[in-house]
Amino acid sequence: MAKKPKKKKKGLGKIKGFSMRFLPYSEIRDLNSDERIKKILDICLKNNIIILQGRLRPEEESRLIGDTMAMIGHVKDFKGIELAVVSENNKKGFWDKLRERLINTLSKGDLGAVTIIGPATVVKEIKRDPKKIELMLNK
Amino acid sequence: MVMKKFKKFFRKIISNFFKNKKDVKLGFYGPPNAGKTSLANRICKDFTGEEIGSVSKVPHETRKVQFKEKVDIEYKGKKMTFKMVDTPGIATKIDYEDFMKYKVKKSDAKKRAKEATQGVVESIKWLEDMDMVVVVLDATKNPYNQVNITILGNLVARKIPVLIVANKVDLKKADIKKIEAAFPDYPVVGISAKYGKNFEDFYNSLFKTSKKAKK
Repeated sequence: MAKKPKKKKKGLGKIKGFSMRFLPYSEIRDLNSDERIKKILDICLKNNIIILQGRLRPEEESRLIGDTMAMIGHVKDFKGIELAVVSENNKKGFWDKLRERLINTLSKGDLGAVTIIGPATVVKEIKRDPKKIELMLNK
Repeated sequence: MVMKKFKKFFRKIISNFFKNKKDVKLGFYGPPNAGKTSLANRICKDFTGEEIGSVSKVPHETRKVQFKEKVDIEYKGKKMTFKMVDTPGIATKIDYEDFMKYKVKKSDAKKRAKEATQGVVESIKWLEDMDMVVVVLDATKNPYNQVNITILGNLVARKIPVLIVANKVDLKKADIKKIEAAFPDYPVVGISAKYGKNFEDFYNSLFKTSKKAKK
């Protein structure tokens, strides 16, 4: 009896591993918000953990959460993302803030931060306090 | 000419009068199971006699934005009218299997997860419509959660006044100082929505913050 050809599974399937991808800010600097979020989610859907240089704008962060929610239930085995932004201490003086704003304006983004984004199927939790950050992975 | 100017002046006074009468849209935001509905319920019960929604130990009990119009809050002789907007908890991930740990049936858990994802999207959409927001955090949990930071970042970007409520202070593990240290730029008030603890401070802070609210 001829064997039935195996159907190719759609979606994420069982997690066998993961990879980390560094995304320099230059790769998203000239993209609009839609394109940035699409790029990030596309990478996440391939089971990659993204280390993004810089951070998204607040409205992009909330859009990323909203778009993630819209994908749950539509992409097989996708349960969402884990997200953390690591940035410098907020307790800064007026001149430090002004200087930071000037640098951010010139570089078109907040490069003093790092954003970690991973699919929830791979990253169980990102634990953090002001001094350290821990990435807890799913088995 | 003088008559025209007089009419214009009079019209402006009338429109300003009604403009100031507009109710302050007060949003309750935060992660799931922080006690947003418990807090909104207590306020509504105190001033209208009715609750706004149901509460549960199972996360994502509120999956649709809930409203209570014309809530007149009176405190120490001051009075303000609010439109209360209780929102579903914002999360970055939702797994139906997590609901099954609370003995929810698989089919119900899947339905709940689907509704919860829609609720998060709805919460985010409503954010920009708020005049003022109470961010409700569970004082027993680590405040350095990206959801909290994202909500606050969005409110600051939209210049919406914020009051942070550290809920569940009746529990041993509660740590308000950790929340204050995490968000030093915002007023923080510790309460227990369940037992009505420290509501004097809460209403005091609410009135103070409401002065900054756009009307």
